[in-house]
Amino acid sequence: MSDSAPREGGISVLVRGMRRNPEITEGIGLTLVLALISTAGGSLVPIVVRAALDDGFATGDVDTALVTRYVVIAALLMVAIAATGYLSKVRIFTASERGLANLRVAAFRHVHDLSMLTQNTQRRGSLVSRVTSDVDQISQFLQFTGIMMIISIGQMVVATIVMAFLSWQLTLVVLISFVPLALSLRWLAGAMSRAYDRVRASVGEMLAVIAEPVVGAAVVRSYGIEDRTQHRVDEAVGANYRNNIRAQTITAGAFSAAILVGGIANAAVLAVGVWLGVVGEMSVGTIVAFVFLVGLFTGPAQMATQVISEAQNAISSWRRVLDLLDTPADVVDPGPDGQRLPEGDLDARFDHVSFAYPDGPTVLDDVDVTIQARQRVAVVGETGSGKTTFAKLLTRLMDPAAGHVVLGGVDIAQVPFDDLRRHVLMVPQEGFLFDATLGENLRYGSRTATDADLVRAVERLGLADWFAALPRGLDTRVGQRGESLSAGERQLVALVRSALADPAFLVLDEATSAVDPQTELRATRALDRLLEGRTSVTIAHRLSTAENADRVLVFDQGRLVEDGHHRDLVKADGVYARLHASWVAQATLA
Amino acid sequence: MSAPTLDTLSGGGTDRLTRRGFRVMGRGIARQKVMFTWAALASLLFGVMTVADAWVLGWATDHVITPSVTAGAVTWSTLWAGVGLFVLAAVLRTLGVVGRRLLGGVVFFRLVRDDRLRVTRRYLQLPLRWHHRHPAGQLLSNANADVEATWSVFMPLPMALGTIAMLVAAIATMVLADPVLTVVGLVVIPLLFVANAVYQRWQGPRIALAQSLRGDVSTVAHESFDGALVVKSLGREADETARFRAASERLRDAAIGIGRIRAVFDPVIEALPNLAVLAVLLLGAWRVQDGAADAGDVVQVAYLFTVIGMQIRSFGWVLGELPRAVVGWERVSRVIDEDDAMDYGDADVPGTGPVDLEVAELDYSHPDEPDTAVLNDIAFTVPAGTVTAVVGATGSGKSTLTSLVTRLVDPDAGAVLVGGTDARRLSQRALTRAVALVPQSTFLFDDTVRANVVLDLDVPDERVWEVLRIVQADRFVAALPAGLDTELGERGTSLSGGQRQRLALARALVRDPRVLVMDDATSALDPEVEQRILRALADRDGSPTTIVVAYRKATIALADEVVFLADGRVAERGTDAELRERSAAYRNLVDAYDQAREEVDHE
Repeated sequence: MSDSAPREGGISVLVRGMRRNPEITEGIGLTLVLALISTAGGSLVPIVVRAALDDGFATGDVDTALVTRYVVIAALLMVAIAATGYLSKVRIFTASERGLANLRVAAFRHVHDLSMLTQNTQRRGSLVSRVTSDVDQISQFLQFTGIMMIISIGQMVVATIVMAFLSWQLTLVVLISFVPLALSLRWLAGAMSRAYDRVRASVGEMLAVIAEPVVGAAVVRSYGIEDRTQHRVDEAVGANYRNNIRAQTITAGAFSAAILVGGIANAAVLAVGVWLGVVGEMSVGTIVAFVFLVGLFTGPAQMATQVISEAQNAISSWRRVLDLLDTPADVVDPGPDGQRLPEGDLDARFDHVSFAYPDGPTVLDDVDVTIQARQRVAVVGETGSGKTTFAKLLTRLMDPAAGHVVLGGVDIAQVPFDDLRRHVLMVPQEGFLFDATLGENLRYGSRTATDADLVRAVERLGLADWFAALPRGLDTRVGQRGESLSAGERQLVALVRSALADPAFLVLDEATSAVDPQTELRATRALDRLLEGRTSVTIAHRLSTAENADRVLVFDQGRLVEDGHHRDLVKADGVYARLHASWVAQATLA
Repeated sequence: MSAPTLDTLSGGGTDRLTRRGFRVMGRGIARQKVMFTWAALASLLFGVMTVADAWVLGWATDHVITPSVTAGAVTWSTLWAGVGLFVLAAVLRTLGVVGRRLLGGVVFFRLVRDDRLRVTRRYLQLPLRWHHRHPAGQLLSNANADVEATWSVFMPLPMALGTIAMLVAAIATMVLADPVLTVVGLVVIPLLFVANAVYQRWQGPRIALAQSLRGDVSTVAHESFDGALVVKSLGREADETARFRAASERLRDAAIGIGRIRAVFDPVIEALPNLAVLAVLLLGAWRVQDGAADAGDVVQVAYLFTVIGMQIRSFGWVLGELPRAVVGWERVSRVIDEDDAMDYGDADVPGTGPVDLEVAELDYSHPDEPDTAVLNDIAFTVPAGTVTAVVGATGSGKSTLTSLVTRLVDPDAGAVLVGGTDARRLSQRALTRAVALVPQSTFLFDDTVRANVVLDLDVPDERVWEVLRIVQADRFVAALPAGLDTELGERGTSLSGGQRQRLALARALVRDPRVLVMDDATSALDPEVEQRILRALADRDGSPTTIVVAYRKATIALADEVVFLADGRVAERGTDAELRERSAAYRNLVDAYDQAREEVDHE
């Protein structure tokens, strides 16, 4: 809310949003007509009161038949109005929920096309809010705040028209009474938005600090820092409390100002009305009707500040979702028009490839290398050497800034995604699992695999004994992010999953974290069987992996500095030899 | 994930729930007696003044408007009285509503704040064994969402109380104006109550359902974005979208269901007071004709109905919050009423520098499964200044042992002696100053780098840098935007796993512990870096007595002695070389990496 750049106005955001999801505005004309009719119920009451008072109750001789007629007509109208209220609300809820569900899904789908998702893990939380809380805000706005705005405005317009019919002088009196409030609305709404922004910020800080005694319980206890932690919690909770009270004060003030204004308007109507009644034609019924009509202004005026502030938030949310959808997918799927990869073995060629992040340093500098089919390649280098970027370009998680990545003779940028994913598979460092059964997780590798296929894949990778020890076999639930399994077991599942996908070309990011040696042994064997008969590129963190590779690519500061077999590179006395020496030193300690 | 349905969420026992909800309300009122009383009084003032407002209109109709208009001349005194009364009523109503909203807010936010502090204080006092039994997510929601849910009912409560006052006053003025017109009130007011109550009862479970479906949508999004690399590399985007679409559509249908019910009730609840006004006019016409009432009486009663409709809704809001209040209260009280605690002694560890650490016949089993021993008769001594490695397969009890030697949990039998003193006799300060643990998973505070290292110690920056150099963190910390003052965490810089582990090590070292316990605390570091750090640690003068849980061969090789755990017992003790010779199981475990390598070589 604090960006100073000139921003797209609220209306234009609404127009953009409704254009993107026309379902929301489907039949909006009729819905609005119905909604406006439904607001007429309030104005009907003062009209009947006035008519009854002036025509029916006049001078003691009450015309009960006339009053009865008015009342019956009004009652029938009210039932009809209630029915339009029902219809308009059903239409609004249905249309907006349908449109927003589609918006949510479209945004979700788009996020998966953005390389930001895999590059910048810190932004994941905010991407989740785009498809959750932001859409919820819009829904609140369309169904409550927005409707309340339309109804309030409709009610005030109808009331003003009715008033103007009854007496233009009293109408002026009422409008003038509400002018100062109307003028201060913008300012009040701004203050309220700022106050709630502060509340939200302090909630975020508070949640983080409250997590300390829970998530950090072991650290707090073993370092005896209970007092320090408590102090931090007290501060954060206190700050949140003060921010809430401040926001509440503004809300209470804005809410009550309208009541005061309404009272003043009533008093003014009484004074001016009586004077007009004496000097002119003003009837008793009209004066009383105006007091009823003032009530139709007070209600909306009470809620106005809050409604405007909520509307601003919802429009910001909508703008964020739309901007996300308008962010072009930086790695574009050529789709069915693209060129398919040849079946069978695949080789890869980096044709003078460079990569740099926008406005960032060069991460990969003029890499030119060919990997033969069925070759087993290890990529080594220190953190920041560019080896991970190399792997990501190979799987087209990103596109090079210069040069081409060519697979089986086809420029990777020309290959349709579904074909590319079928041939080339990246196995990430951490075996990420979904909160489902083991079987369902394995099927991420192949949708069509039967249970028997899954078991066969497990056996082929030599994991039958591990699988047999699982209490519920394929039905074993793996828990959130697979946390019911050990880190090593998650890697095993990832390997079986990859085997099921059966790609010609594998890109692996070797796990760095130490796991239980027995599982490690299993994983190493399984991996070896997985790589059999495939082209593979492994980002090696263990030099043993490099030792066993057909070929080692050594990266240093974004450049491919050495290329050859382990044996030869050790003799070459360069970067690889240094890395190797420190590893040997470590091993001989044993 | 099985999607919840309406049936799983709505259950019987609504009346009992309501009674329990009222008890929760009673507790909150008792806690904030004074402030709540003021809020209720303010609300009462508002309610009564709202009725007074209608009375002013009725009075003005009979005494100001009608006489003046019919006579064609203004009675100035009564006109000014009418104007004054309208303004006075408005001022008092304004005061009432400001007081109700502001003080009501103060009551709510104070109750929430106090319980948050109460709950977090319990978290800090309850022993680690209690923490281990409760998932972090649950404890966090106890302190946040549950506390708010408990007291949310206090937001509409003052308004509901004021409404009672208003209704009493309204009916009283109706009786005074005309007893027959009151009949309309006696019919319509209960109808409004019933409509609101039925609405809440229908809507309550549907809102709960939508809330839970909203949670599902968020879970799918979180999971799918977290696993983005897997999704992308396996080309599962379309399947993930289908999964997300299914969750979104369930939420959409639930929301439309809520909308349908609102669409029925909103117009009914709006129309009822309006229809009441018509009934009043009709009845009023007869009454005025009979000379039993004045036009002013009719106007006054009619006007009353236009103002009370909205107010009666507050009862619906109170009813709607009660189930949440009960559930929230139960969850929060489970934490507050927990009386588990860890007692400390008052002894100190004498002298300075490293001390002996003795583990004497320890037995330990998890509180939830007292029959299966995790650790059985564990005994060994780590002489002052030496390093002992604890080695064992997954589940052999290594991590539990580190919790016991640092006294995060107490053994069922046996003792841990720090410098000859039973750890249970040490004061908390003495214990935490003498023994430092670097746990398996690193926890960093949302604070600066410096604060994360020094915690509550008063340490000069030179000392912090010195320690950062030992753990090889000086270079990356110096490269951070604000050096030691760089904020870490949610809204700050995020660090890699290895960097985090180095800071956790620095945190332990800066305290110059006399005993250092590392539970696989270097797993995310490159082996090379790990070696450099461990060597730097061991080579210093007066380096602490160290216990290290390790997988890597090179780490084990640094130890003076190895304790080999198998099935919760000490299977072997001795130097790495001795164990290698004596124990095939030990050999197999430690050599697993090499074995894997050799097999690949021979294929």
